[in-house]
Amino acid sequence: MSAANPEVQTIQSSLRALPGDDVRQVMWRFADRYDLQMLVQSARSVARGPVARLVAEGARHTHEWTEEKNALLKAYDDAGITSVFLEPEYGGFIEGPKNLALALAAFELAWVDGGAATGAMAGHLGLSPIHEKGTEEQKAEYMRRFAPPGPGEDREIERSAFALTEPIPYVGVDTGVLGGKVSVKEWKDGEEPILHVEKRGRFITNMAFANFVSAAVDSGDERIKGSCMIILEETDPGVYDRGTPTKKLVHQLSATSDPVFSLDVPADRIIGGYTVEDGTIVPNYSHGEIIDAVFRRTRVTVGLMSAAKLLSAVEPVIRYQRGRYRGGVGDQEGTPRHELGLQQKEDALHRLVDIWATGEASASLGFAAARLFDDLDPLDHRRDEIFAKYDIPKGRQAIRALAEWQDAAVEYLRLEARPEGERDADRFAELADNELIQYLVRDSLANVLCPAVKLWNTGHGANMMREAVSLMGGYGITEDCPGFLPQKWMDAQLEATYEGPEAVQRRQLSVTMRDPIFLARFEGWIREMRRIAGLRPGSGACTLASAMDLWLWTLRHLLEAKDAAGSPLYKGHRQGVTFPMADALCWLLASRCQIMDLIELDEKGRDHPTVAEGLSEYVEFFTDLAHVQAANAAGEAARICSSLVFGYNRHPSWVEDRERAYLGRELEVLESVAPGLCSCAVDAFDDEGDAPLKRGPCVRFDGYEPFTLRRGKLDGCLTGSRLAKDRAALAVTRVTIPEALDYPL
Amino acid sequence: MSSGYHIVVCGSLVPDPLQVLEPVEGPDGPALENEMMIPAVLDPWAAHALYEAAHLAARTEGSRVWLVSIGPRARLQQLMMSIAQKVPFELVAADGPASGFTDARETAAALADLIESIDGLDRSRALIFGGRSSASRDAGVTMGMVGERLGVTDQFLAVDKLTVEDDGRLQIMERIEGGRYLVSVCQGPPLVCAWSTGELPEPPNNPQVGMQNMRTIMPALQKAKPVQLDAEGLSYVTVEIPKGKRDTRIERNMGAEDIAREIVEWVRG
Repeated sequence: MSAANPEVQTIQSSLRALPGDDVRQVMWRFADRYDLQMLVQSARSVARGPVARLVAEGARHTHEWTEEKNALLKAYDDAGITSVFLEPEYGGFIEGPKNLALALAAFELAWVDGGAATGAMAGHLGLSPIHEKGTEEQKAEYMRRFAPPGPGEDREIERSAFALTEPIPYVGVDTGVLGGKVSVKEWKDGEEPILHVEKRGRFITNMAFANFVSAAVDSGDERIKGSCMIILEETDPGVYDRGTPTKKLVHQLSATSDPVFSLDVPADRIIGGYTVEDGTIVPNYSHGEIIDAVFRRTRVTVGLMSAAKLLSAVEPVIRYQRGRYRGGVGDQEGTPRHELGLQQKEDALHRLVDIWATGEASASLGFAAARLFDDLDPLDHRRDEIFAKYDIPKGRQAIRALAEWQDAAVEYLRLEARPEGERDADRFAELADNELIQYLVRDSLANVLCPAVKLWNTGHGANMMREAVSLMGGYGITEDCPGFLPQKWMDAQLEATYEGPEAVQRRQLSVTMRDPIFLARFEGWIREMRRIAGLRPGSGACTLASAMDLWLWTLRHLLEAKDAAGSPLYKGHRQGVTFPMADALCWLLASRCQIMDLIELDEKGRDHPTVAEGLSEYVEFFTDLAHVQAANAAGEAARICSSLVFGYNRHPSWVEDRERAYLGRELEVLESVAPGLCSCAVDAFDDEGDAPLKRGPCVRFDGYEPFTLRRGKLDGCLTGSRLAKDRAALAVTRVTIPEALDYPL
Repeated sequence: MSSGYHIVVCGSLVPDPLQVLEPVEGPDGPALENEMMIPAVLDPWAAHALYEAAHLAARTEGSRVWLVSIGPRARLQQLMMSIAQKVPFELVAADGPASGFTDARETAAALADLIESIDGLDRSRALIFGGRSSASRDAGVTMGMVGERLGVTDQFLAVDKLTVEDDGRLQIMERIEGGRYLVSVCQGPPLVCAWSTGELPEPPNNPQVGMQNMRTIMPALQKAKPVQLDAEGLSYVTVEIPKGKRDTRIERNMGAEDIAREIVEWVRG
């Protein structure tokens, strides 16, 4: 770094400007999508205009949904944010899957305020159950009502909410424990049954103005089977009480309250429809099936909101650091103190580099997941049809039937990972044409990436936002902190909680990450990282490959291993084992996505004239950031793996292992017979037979050589990572930033 | 006017005013440091002209709006991701420099050529709009020269308002010295309007408008021909950013009138 280590100054490192839209478009793979590029600009103008002004004016100080906050809805409508989710036939403007589009819109809004992003996305969340599993009639009806009025249409837009969470002790972390009930109120022959819904919600977003609600309820009547989601409208007979505003400390630009519903609705409001079997209404989809389909997409968006906060912190922190001493006594232009301010200090720079690297990794992970869902959606929406084609039964029997296709899916992934000339082309083509296999390989990855994004981006993101706040000194805990950093820090905690808190994500990962199809892909990624390491030394790919290898060995070990008491280690209830492994995996996935985005920029950036000019320095800087992050990820994974591999073995004690120990004088004799032999003795007692101070009975590593070899290799693979951090820090001192933030303070 | 106006707006990109601008000596003369890398916006006065044009076109059936831009094609494409969402228009683009170091005469000639090439433009109905000045090309003469080259001699500079009267005549309000306006009435098109800020707010972005516009904008960008603006015969002795000077004084007990009076005295020197 400039001040602390002059040697590093000799290493070329520069970054002339912060990465702009053109760079991001390439990295996040929407350089050829002008619909998405326009959406980004549109969402940005709302975020940095009306949203930022509201925050600056103190609108976050109230829990109530005020007129000023309500005006944001029209801004979302006008900017096309409301209609992002809609198909063109219902007033939308984006063809095809929209996961990346929603992710980009949420990212832009959260760059300024997470609550605004949540409020804008909550309408989509309310509509998602209908979008994912609704009947065609339901889609046509509610999508049309949700769409902003077109030219010549005389109607008000209708808004939606999603009501799942209930007052404690009902549905929250455990989405299966529903207190809301649905029963048959009236069922005349030949007519649509009328159902009665009793539902109390908690922490329901958009309830201040929602015209209709997708609510999760369980059967409270033997004539209705299981649970379902059902559409409630404000005009239905009964009680549609929006409830009192939730006194939340964060996300005050979203309307959250605890509503109460006691309504009579026709049965055709059951989302996805129903059949009647032996006089019983059988919903086509349980509430669990619907929320699985919904949350696996919307959770990615939440993760990207936290990523946006981290990246949005970079510019304000740099500006604060550089200007820290300007205007003070003795300040003189041209001096390092004036020009660099706090950036003269290595610690301030290194911490900022870590924040930036985390932001890049979390954005890369999040957008990779969003793109994956865009890829999966066409197959996922035809899942029932595909399953029927391959004779996959419904219900729990499907699990066994799908397992029979597992080997073929694994085979496909292994062929895919091989160079084109080295694989059986016919077999590969055959497997590639099989829709069920294509569904399975995407689904297995989605089942990992979705909880990983939600868990790591929000959880670790919140920790790193605290770090960003700390870099702003006392400013960081004031309302007028540039970039609204303290508000973003607090908001991040809610993002870590809603739509399934961290424990839910860890629980899901602990199951999905051991799926053989995912693990086959993971093995391929390790080889891929090794290849990249050869082509791009210093990118962190080597470090990451070693860390991934260590994690995989550890997982396989834990799946078979037992603790000192003989109990299996990798079990559902043993969250001390499964959850840390899930955490470690998230670090690795994020780092891998970051490296892949770096490669994309390097390979595709040269085709874009506006990127090409500064491409080499962007690639150089992002390479260093990727290396920094890979080292951080490797360190975290290694710590977790070591503690799990060894931590459940009983520690040896002097009493039990005394027979294995030597007396000091015995060692002297041995040494005289065979010099060097003493070094093999692990435990020794003094002449009085007392244990030496500060030296316990030593652990033996017999049988753990595969692990210790990997761990040792990984430690060595950290070579150069700190130099990368120094270079990145130096670049941070040189990058040009705008004169001022482009949104108010 | 039943057949509507054919409104041509001249405008291109300039660096985002929030960015740090640093003149450097490039291979072809003066340039801005990192010019291709820093974000750009539509030249603010030209943007006002575009919003006024779209507003007028929306109220006058049969009207069309073209935006004529000279700039690096890739940069123009990025700019369109925002501007194309504001109002409906058709783009006519040429691939050339958009720095602040081109010659206004050459720029005007290139713009006039582009306008003459517009297919379907009825010159008798033409309103040639642009900015009174430019955030990066601040000679303030470009629009006048464009008009002269096109043979449009009814020219209005620093326009803030254009009103269509009942009989089809156009009333135009121009800024003049001393904070006053000059109000003129002309029979109708063709004319040149170099706009100041106008009276309209910046329209919100709307991707649906953008998607509609992009159907013609992307082909126009692909067809953009290179244009040479070499500033032949022009040389720059020195180039520098105007120096800003901040002189802060904290006054806790001074009324607004006193503050205003002091500012006026300071302005008068």
